[in-house]
Amino acid sequence: MRYVISLSLLLVVLWLAISGVYKPVLFVLGGASVILVVWLSVRMDVVGVEHNPVLFSWRLVAYWWWLFGQLVKSNLHVTRLVFQTSKVQPRLLTVPVPHEAAVAKVTYGNSVTLTPGTVTLKLTDDMLEVHALDEASARDLEGGDMARKISWLERREDNA
Amino acid sequence: MALFVDLLSWALLLSGGAFGIIGAIGMLRFPDFYTRLHASGITDTLCAVLIIFGLMLQSGPSLLTVKLLLILLFLLFTTPTATHALARAAVLDNVDPVLADNGKPGAEGRSSTGEPSSKS
Repeated sequence: MRYVISLSLLLVVLWLAISGVYKPVLFVLGGASVILVVWLSVRMDVVGVEHNPVLFSWRLVAYWWWLFGQLVKSNLHVTRLVFQTSKVQPRLLTVPVPHEAAVAKVTYGNSVTLTPGTVTLKLTDDMLEVHALDEASARDLEGGDMARKISWLERREDNA
Repeated sequence: MALFVDLLSWALLLSGGAFGIIGAIGMLRFPDFYTRLHASGITDTLCAVLIIFGLMLQSGPSLLTVKLLLILLFLLFTTPTATHALARAAVLDNVDPVLADNGKPGAEGRSSTGEPSSKS
């Protein structure tokens, strides 16, 4: 029930933010769509599973901030490679996925793809197949910084 | 103050545009399908982020800014999924990546623009 309420509140806020036109007719329509979505989510049995906003912690914000820094760094690196294509030395590598929760694994795979220079080719239960643009990008990933950050993110979710 | 915000916003917009062009150049210069995915990654991330930040400075504290933030959020969640879907499809289609160990690392980058990215 707690999750149903929090989901409804989130949807209401989202609707208010996106709409911007506040007339009675639209309020009714907005309310109706929120109820429809919540009803569907309950029917699909996805309320309170993994992606509920109540489960988000401040660590997620910290992680995003860190990821943003990585993003800028790897972008500049790939930009340099665009102008020096002779330095492009693609390679495949596999890195272990130390995380338990499915969300953490997906976060890992997505974060790897999001940073230019590395693209996730395949995500299995405990392994990540990655295509890296050059040696430096590959070594960055093999260093395991990102995996550690996500473990840190996951730990908080377990305690909650 | 308004001038300062305008200048900053234009700097963000222009550098975002520049990264978009760099991503496009990378798409043309990189040797094979997989390496090109990395180039498009620049357009997906830093280019989009800078342009949206620039636009947020233009719109000021309003509902528009919230919407721009939401666009950025959804963009950053969906583009890696799309990129991964492309890469996965290529793997399943047996598109072999050009690897450094195979000999010619990136040297043919400029000549191989016309190669089909799929063998089927």
